Amino acid sequence: MPLQLQPNLAEPGQRYFRDFTPGDDFYEALIDAHRDLSDEQSQLLNAKLILLLANQVGDIGALKEALRIAREGV
Amino acid sequence: MSTYTYPKFAYRAPTDLMAGAPQRRPLVIIGAGPVGLAAAIDARLHGLDVLLFDEEDSVSFGSRAVCYAKRALEILDRLGIGDPIVEKGVSWNVGRTFLKEEEVYRFDLVPEPGHKRPGMINLQQYHLEEALVKRATELGADLRWKYKVAGVQPLGEADNGGARISVGTPDGAFEIDADWLIVADGARSNVRRQLGLDIEGHVFKDRFLIADVVMEADYPAERWFWFDPPFHPNQSVLLHKQSDNVWRIDFQLGWDADPEEEKKPEKIIPRVKAMLGDDRAFTLEWASIYTFQCRRMKNFRHGRLLFAGDAAHQVSPFGARGANSGFQDTDDLLWKLALVIKGLAPESLLDTYDADRTYAADENIRNSTRSTDFITPKSAVSKLFRNAALELARTQPFARKLVNSGRLSVPSFLVHSALNTPDSEAFEGYMVPGAPLDDAPVRMAGRDAWLLDQLGNRFVLMVFVDGAQGLTPVQRTSLQALAQAPIPVQLLTVGAGGDVDDAQGLVARRFDAQPGTAYLIRPDQHVAARWRCADLASVQAALARATGQGLAAAVARPEAVAA
Repeated sequence: MPLQLQPNLAEPGQRYFRDFTPGDDFYEALIDAHRDLSDEQSQLLNAKLILLLANQVGDIGALKEALRIAREGV
Repeated sequence: MSTYTYPKFAYRAPTDLMAGAPQRRPLVIIGAGPVGLAAAIDARLHGLDVLLFDEEDSVSFGSRAVCYAKRALEILDRLGIGDPIVEKGVSWNVGRTFLKEEEVYRFDLVPEPGHKRPGMINLQQYHLEEALVKRATELGADLRWKYKVAGVQPLGEADNGGARISVGTPDGAFEIDADWLIVADGARSNVRRQLGLDIEGHVFKDRFLIADVVMEADYPAERWFWFDPPFHPNQSVLLHKQSDNVWRIDFQLGWDADPEEEKKPEKIIPRVKAMLGDDRAFTLEWASIYTFQCRRMKNFRHGRLLFAGDAAHQVSPFGARGANSGFQDTDDLLWKLALVIKGLAPESLLDTYDADRTYAADENIRNSTRSTDFITPKSAVSKLFRNAALELARTQPFARKLVNSGRLSVPSFLVHSALNTPDSEAFEGYMVPGAPLDDAPVRMAGRDAWLLDQLGNRFVLMVFVDGAQGLTPVQRTSLQALAQAPIPVQLLTVGAGGDVDDAQGLVARRFDAQPGTAYLIRPDQHVAARWRCADLASVQAALARATGQGLAAAVARPEAVAA
């Protein structure tokens, strides 16, 4: 399965009237998850999050593609 | 101020209002900002007597609100001043977001054609207010300048409810009673404060500089937003074109900036020069330093006192959701208030103003808070994610959706409104009960026209037809009788052979309509109910629901004072 690079966020069963809403919903939850954490704690949270999401994606080809894009320009 | 001459509105002594004081009026509005003035105009369109007090005698000082969104323009159309406002303003649809010097994201507010109004216009607030004052005056609203409200005292039922207002003028003080009071006295609302009503939310620790400069420039009429531009590193900058060659530049300064120091022209001019380049001639017209809060009152209705606009809720400026949502407040409020004042609906109808506009305020606060958190991240990790999203946005479509330089004002879908009749049949598209109506081009009597211009100010039952299909003669006769009811509903047929010709088929497409499909439209151009085939009883039930007849009984009915 190729890596999904088009907007793809949505909550099942949720009706959206504005196209920016699902992305903003997720982004807010992401930033909220880091609330009151030290930088070091945030790093740990991020690392755990990546591992969880990698397992959810499953497809190692897609993950390698994501790793490649993420490393670009860094 | 080189491009604008401030009008001075004539003060009139309160002799007439002092005679036999306290007099009693059906409706008093406090505040002649955009929201108070829109309320006064709307009140007159509904035939209500209206008295408005403002402590100044001119329009807004400085360009202030600037951005008026499509929905606000549609409301201004309904109020009768859409055309002069849009002609004077600078219309735009496209926004570009830059990271350093590179464009990373671009949006189009009205991506599909077939709407009368653009996504947004930019116009100095004083121009807007001047047009509103003119319109309110020509409709017979009683506007009193230099009338300062010193206090408001809610009256008990023994005094027929309402409120007693203490007013100071250059010719002395007086008191006046109002059955209903619309409080639109702005973010620092004196009335709200004096009554000790709570407004909760949070202050953002950041400062911004607005510089309005006059210059000849052929930049396109677009919203340009920079993250970390070379001319203002580590901060954001926003550029907007206004009318009369005035350009609004908004510089993020950070919390540590000294507002007194930053206000000085010798400090501002180098910032502008760094942005525009040294050789572009400009003059500084107006500057202001601002901070902001996102907060709202717990309730917008307090008995006979109705709070609207900034007095009731405040947002960050990213998204232009302040003045725009204020117009939506009055849009929602005035038809309800008119029905209540005329004795045609229970007072509890106004509880739906409270419920639906606090819902909308929460949506506005949520969106403007999210934009603010993206633009001015509060922690290192938040900034890291922000920068990562911006970096990815250069090449990856999904990340562009996450870039948030302001989610520009759009009206709420009032899907939870108690006034909606839930669908009992299947429909596609966005025109759900509670939706603000989509516009569409139509033909009427052989001329081009717009759908929204045919709606508003009264209930309309829009029935789709195709020649003889969609409405039988018997059905037509029975639905036409709705126009004679105490709360009239006007039948409007749409389609071939109808009152409105849907020449391009866009109305039918946007409303997922077939011959026979019917929509009950509120006076504020929102969907109340819809059917695949309308019968009289269903329409009457939906109308009763949309006018609060089924809501829990109100304490008492106000005096019926129809003008």
